[in-house]
Amino acid sequence: MVERITNNFILRRIVKALFTVWLVTTITFFVIRAMPGNAVDILIQDLTAQGMSADDARTQAASLLSINLNAPAHEQYLEYLANVTRGDLGRSYKSRGLFVTDLVVQVLPWTLFSVGLSLLITFVLGIALGAIIAYTRDSWIDHLISNLAAMLDAVSPYLIGLLAILLLNVTWKLVPLSEMRGALSPGIQPEFSFEFFADAFTHVKVLLLVYVLASVGSWILIMKSNTITTLGEDYVTVARARGLSDFRILTAYVGRNATLPLFTRLAISIGFAVGGSLLLESLFTYRGVGFLLARAISERDYPVMQGVFLVITISVVAANLVADFLYGWLDPRIRIAGGGN
Amino acid sequence: MNAWRDFFIGTLRETGKTLKLLARNKMGMFGFLMTLLIVLLSLFGPLIWPPETSANVADINQGPSLKHWLGTDFQGQDNLRKVINGGKDIVTIAFLTGLIATTIAVTVGSISAFIGGTLDSMMMELVNIWLTIPKFPLLAVIATVIKLNDIVTLSILMALLDWPGLARQVRAQVLSLKKRDYIEAATMLDLGTRDIVFREILPNMMSFIVVSMIFTMTFAIYQQTGLVFLGIVPYSSSNWGVMISAAERRGVLFTASASWSILAPMGAIVLFQLALITFARSLEEVFNPRLRTSV
Repeated sequence: MVERITNNFILRRIVKALFTVWLVTTITFFVIRAMPGNAVDILIQDLTAQGMSADDARTQAASLLSINLNAPAHEQYLEYLANVTRGDLGRSYKSRGLFVTDLVVQVLPWTLFSVGLSLLITFVLGIALGAIIAYTRDSWIDHLISNLAAMLDAVSPYLIGLLAILLLNVTWKLVPLSEMRGALSPGIQPEFSFEFFADAFTHVKVLLLVYVLASVGSWILIMKSNTITTLGEDYVTVARARGLSDFRILTAYVGRNATLPLFTRLAISIGFAVGGSLLLESLFTYRGVGFLLARAISERDYPVMQGVFLVITISVVAANLVADFLYGWLDPRIRIAGGGN
Repeated sequence: MNAWRDFFIGTLRETGKTLKLLARNKMGMFGFLMTLLIVLLSLFGPLIWPPETSANVADINQGPSLKHWLGTDFQGQDNLRKVINGGKDIVTIAFLTGLIATTIAVTVGSISAFIGGTLDSMMMELVNIWLTIPKFPLLAVIATVIKLNDIVTLSILMALLDWPGLARQVRAQVLSLKKRDYIEAATMLDLGTRDIVFREILPNMMSFIVVSMIFTMTFAIYQQTGLVFLGIVPYSSSNWGVMISAAERRGVLFTASASWSILAPMGAIVLFQLALITFARSLEEVFNPRLRTSV
């Protein structure tokens, strides 16, 4: 019975995901409180400098970080864990009284929208281009796309973002800067209307372009090498010998088997894109979680920093979980092998 | 001592072989020479072209000219000279981070592969968990709390975050080498673990280790310039990241004539990253002949 539970693919993945979230919660708790340059002390000092009495400052700091400063460290830690489980991530220090959870809820949809959409585009584009250049190996198309992909893969996403602003806005004057900033124009409300979607897309398009350019290179190269490997497999040779059409071989044999391993990569890419949003969203002043975190960092707003980072991690872990299940569902061998590590 | 000498000689021999093969690969040679040029220029360039100390009001935000190949910045200082003087930090941080991360990864990965069993599976489970945590945001959060005043601390911090992916690759590599015939023969002859590791396994893995180290280096460049952009790393010294950030803060992004102040350091970073990657890719091809035909 116990063995059946520990071997259960879904259960193991869920336990691992929960463990990851716990680990990150613990790391941020200790990084913010126990490291040299303790954030709690800085907060208290700041508040006293603003004319608050020492006791008041302590109370205020404690309530902002939603901890009890008089309790011993391990009790503080347990209380913090309990608060996080209830969805209480403390309150912002700079925008007094605002709950971190509320701040995050406002911006999270925009990051999910931009990162999700760009990943979808990247995935489809990467697979298509990778397969095409694997089939036309050593042609000029192959050389052109392979070299471009290798170049894009090497360059930091945030440099691609800077270059996009320079070229599109300054040099070519194609996209006005106001369209690159913010998630929506003033006066537009989130609702199910054409206006809303059109405006949201206008604001996100350059960011999408940068996300796609920054990540599509590695997808193309990996899909190319997967396809080439699959093309060399015996069953493809057999299919050829049986006289199956190229198209049938590409869709039924090669495409499926070359694409499958990419689903695990999808999970890693989600983490990378969300991590990259920290730089790109603040470069484009796009109001998502990355922008919120960057602002909290520059204002040294520790409760917000800690909370936003936690939410980012939870989203990435959840996305990983979904990608794992998706992969397990598409490729039953994984489930039977119990993880396939 | 003998094991060390053999390790050294073995590594030298491997390096010689690799360079010979690399010379046949045009892109690889270009990447190697470009990397070498950037590193040498960054380390010794400042001795020949020291940084300008005063502003030059008559020459603010100029485009490229014969006098200023890459234009001038918001203080009228020569961009090319600033780029030459701004490479040292980046090159040093990239190299240090790569070196430390690779050392940890090789140690952990090979121990995991050699001991195996429960320790191995526990370590790999932890590595997998570590890989899902968004690394750059974590680095940014930690960097606000720890005072990052020097290059070495920053490099150690980045290396501590970046080694797990590498460790997994090293483990896979050691596992595959362990199964080769000559290693199995050596094990059966009871040549001693230390001898086998230093004489047979490590020299054979050197090219692979160098490739992984270079990939970590490019990631370290990305992280370092990113931290500067977010304003976490102190502003005191001038490097490519600081140049971009300073120009951006001056609103340079919105004035066409001033864009050279951002293009120059950006070009330097991109060129360095590209040079490193082409070098690493060709090393991979040299190292793994199966790739030679496919990429």
